[in-house]
Amino acid sequence: MSVLLRTEGVHKSYGGVQALDACTVQIEEGTVAGLIGPNGSGKTTLFNVITGYAKADSGEVYLSDRKITNAAPDKVFAAGIGRTFQLTRIFPSLTVMENMLVPARSTRVAARKAVAMELLEFVGIAGYHATPAGTLSYGQRKLLELAYVLVGDPAIILLDEPAGGVNLSLVNNIADRIRQLNAAGKTFLIVEHNMEFVMGLCDQVTVLDSGAVVATGPPDIVRTDRRVLDAYLGEDIGEAGDDPDDAEGT
Amino acid sequence: MTSQARARLATGARWSALAVLIAAALLFPVVFTNPVLTNYGVFALIFVTAASAWNVFSGFSGYISLGQAVFFGSGAYAVGIAARDWHVTGTGVFALLPLAAAVGAAIAVPFGLVALRVRRHTFIVITIAVFFIFQLMAFNFSFTGGSSGLPAPFLPWPAATYNNPFYYIALACAIGIITLSWLIRRARFGLHLRAIRDDEDRARGLGVRAMRVKLAAFTLSGAVTGLIGGVWFLYLTQVEPQTGFDPLFDLSIVLMAFLGGVGTIAGPVLGALIIEPGQLYLTIRFTNGYYGEILLGAIFLVVVLFVPRGIIPTGGEWIRRLATRGRSALPTALPAAEVTPEVRDPASSGPRGGAG
Amino acid sequence: MATQIYQAIVDGILVGGVYALMAVGLTLIFGVLDIINIAQGILVVLGAYLSYSLSQRLGIDLFVGLLITVPAMFVLGVAIQWAFIRPLRGRERTSMTLLVTYAMALIIEGVLYRIYGPDDKQLTASYVTSSVHVLGFYLPYIYLLGFGLAVVLVVALYLLLYRTRFGRSVRATMQDHTAARLIGIDTSRVAALTFGVGVGVTAVGGMMFGATSGGFNPNSGYDLISRLLAIIILGGLGSIGGALVASVFMLTVVSLVDIWSPTWANAVFYAALVLVLLIRPSGFLGRQAVRAQ
Repeated sequence: MSVLLRTEGVHKSYGGVQALDACTVQIEEGTVAGLIGPNGSGKTTLFNVITGYAKADSGEVYLSDRKITNAAPDKVFAAGIGRTFQLTRIFPSLTVMENMLVPARSTRVAARKAVAMELLEFVGIAGYHATPAGTLSYGQRKLLELAYVLVGDPAIILLDEPAGGVNLSLVNNIADRIRQLNAAGKTFLIVEHNMEFVMGLCDQVTVLDSGAVVATGPPDIVRTDRRVLDAYLGEDIGEAGDDPDDAEGT
Repeated sequence: MTSQARARLATGARWSALAVLIAAALLFPVVFTNPVLTNYGVFALIFVTAASAWNVFSGFSGYISLGQAVFFGSGAYAVGIAARDWHVTGTGVFALLPLAAAVGAAIAVPFGLVALRVRRHTFIVITIAVFFIFQLMAFNFSFTGGSSGLPAPFLPWPAATYNNPFYYIALACAIGIITLSWLIRRARFGLHLRAIRDDEDRARGLGVRAMRVKLAAFTLSGAVTGLIGGVWFLYLTQVEPQTGFDPLFDLSIVLMAFLGGVGTIAGPVLGALIIEPGQLYLTIRFTNGYYGEILLGAIFLVVVLFVPRGIIPTGGEWIRRLATRGRSALPTALPAAEVTPEVRDPASSGPRGGAG
Repeated sequence: MATQIYQAIVDGILVGGVYALMAVGLTLIFGVLDIINIAQGILVVLGAYLSYSLSQRLGIDLFVGLLITVPAMFVLGVAIQWAFIRPLRGRERTSMTLLVTYAMALIIEGVLYRIYGPDDKQLTASYVTSSVHVLGFYLPYIYLLGFGLAVVLVVALYLLLYRTRFGRSVRATMQDHTAARLIGIDTSRVAALTFGVGVGVTAVGGMMFGATSGGFNPNSGYDLISRLLAIIILGGLGSIGGALVASVFMLTVVSLVDIWSPTWANAVFYAALVLVLLIRPSGFLGRQAVRAQ
């Protein structure tokens, strides 16, 4: 399988804080990759750098073989990377359907609306298409954000805490959608704190700590990796009685 | 009555109401021949145009401009300078109006390129700064006539019907900008503007060419404001630096839009129709002008504090609440998780009009 | 020619110091309340008129009169904030506060016209017209005193912000409103008091302005607010140091241009604003991504 998204040695600091430190990550096409790490480890910063919302101090980002380092967000989107935000960002004063039409590229109105409706039905909020997005509940907004990111037919989708702050059945709903899209060929990179979600869904997990990659591999291996436990729990964890489940973090 | 039939009735009612309004506007000078009244009409329509032009940019995009007078005054001066230098007289002066619009647009482009690159707070201040630059230029340059300003060529029309052609020209401008606003709002252009208003960075991230969209709206706004400035100049037959570039003008049109409802189509129209005749009346009544300012400020405060979203949206909400007494207005809300979507495979559905 | 230039620079610094005081008030208000107080200009003029009335009717010295006008303006500021700004909420808050303060400015201007009329007024005192001759420069007493007072007040403000608990609350609120409330800071009180301070300093600026402007009337507010706005934008919205630097810099430039052409000195002010913003959209010392749009 070829590598779809790759970062190489990305450095990013904010003032005195090193948010990303020689961060090198590889995502293979067609996989669902997870990105985990304690709070402040640089996960969202990495997303921001990849999608052009932040400039890397050094290092490169590649999509397939194309260098997209420091490209503007709209170029990144056009290249085929979609991205959601930790705190959902939708357009509250526009209706749900209008939200879907913002990223639409087609010149024919009917085609745009058809695609939008299809995606709204896919995530399950089609009934709300005429309501202002600002009135949606938090969970519905997450679904809307996922839907409109899909409008651009991206090859890879970066999800920032898709399971954060929503009830269990919605979490499973979202996980199902991701599986379906993955089965259809879409690649995912997911930042999450919900370990069950990550372990159940991801083929590959990368762990960040203080901006550097600490471990990478299949979920089962990574969750028991010493360095991962250190990252989440601090360096002086005891020898005996370590429950690997503690790696679920804060 | 089915909800579909009800909807059709509502749309029909809306269009009929619109037709009645337009007919009334067209017949106004015919019915009310008194020049005092048609004078009110002319000014009201000038401000309807100006407020709607402001709204097309600031209302939709959320970038509050307090410098529209830049275009207004420039349009006025453009007509005045052209009339003087090209020796245009009589009704020929009206042919200069497109020039006013062109000047407005020409100024808007560099103005926008500088001003639209910054954050919203800074944008407002830049519009104010540019406004003062233009006022200063009008005072200090000789070709603008300095502090005495410029006169407009004399029009040998009878006093009784003098106002009427101006009324209809202003009406045409007003209908023009209102129609444009309506079309824009329905089009993708308007959608992008409103998305920018809600979350510009997110819109950019989704492929919206923010600078282009903002600049286009800004230029349109500038062109129309310049045009109506030219009309105003010809009607008033003179322009001076402090009347062509008047900070109260800027504030008034914003107040009108806010009173009626920023971002709506009818809002600025309603606001202008309420405020402008009022302002005019106060100016005439209290020639020792300062009451006008106090009152304007006071009305502003009241509007912002009590009707912050404007009459049209607030009124619309009341109507909706009345109409849906007891019934839920939203579709029966099932939690999203319980809706089982058909398993549609988006990647395999036909040629996507989308990316590419 | 050289002496003219040096004199202009000295003048610019002295005047800049006074403008700095008013600009710092304005930028402080922005930093804490996230609003642009358009009324700041007319409030300065109001301060000038208050000093005028005190001096003309009651014979109180201009500087002594500050002991009355500063607290009065402070209270006025708190009242305005409490009554008209605090109730504003929602997404449109930025535009609404802008319009509210603009509306307040209009009202105050109208009231001043009603009370004092449109004719120019001037603050007079023995030290207004005389100056001290030092090293070949003329340093008007009023400017020296005013500059000295401005320095004292800016230092006092600095101490207030960085050495007191109240100041800590203010800085915390500036950085993160919600976080500040979470740790128990009464941000409404902070907002009201900050607004009061921002307006209180205009009393001093007003007195200086009234004494040195060569005649003021209610219309003078427009020019003032546009200059102050330009200054705080240049210095970076919310940056107190930036306001100081920008004030002195801009007024020195104006003073220099004034040698060549008085009419264009004013225009240069705005042209400089536009120029700087072309190069650096967040001003000299502004924070880059200040607030979400």
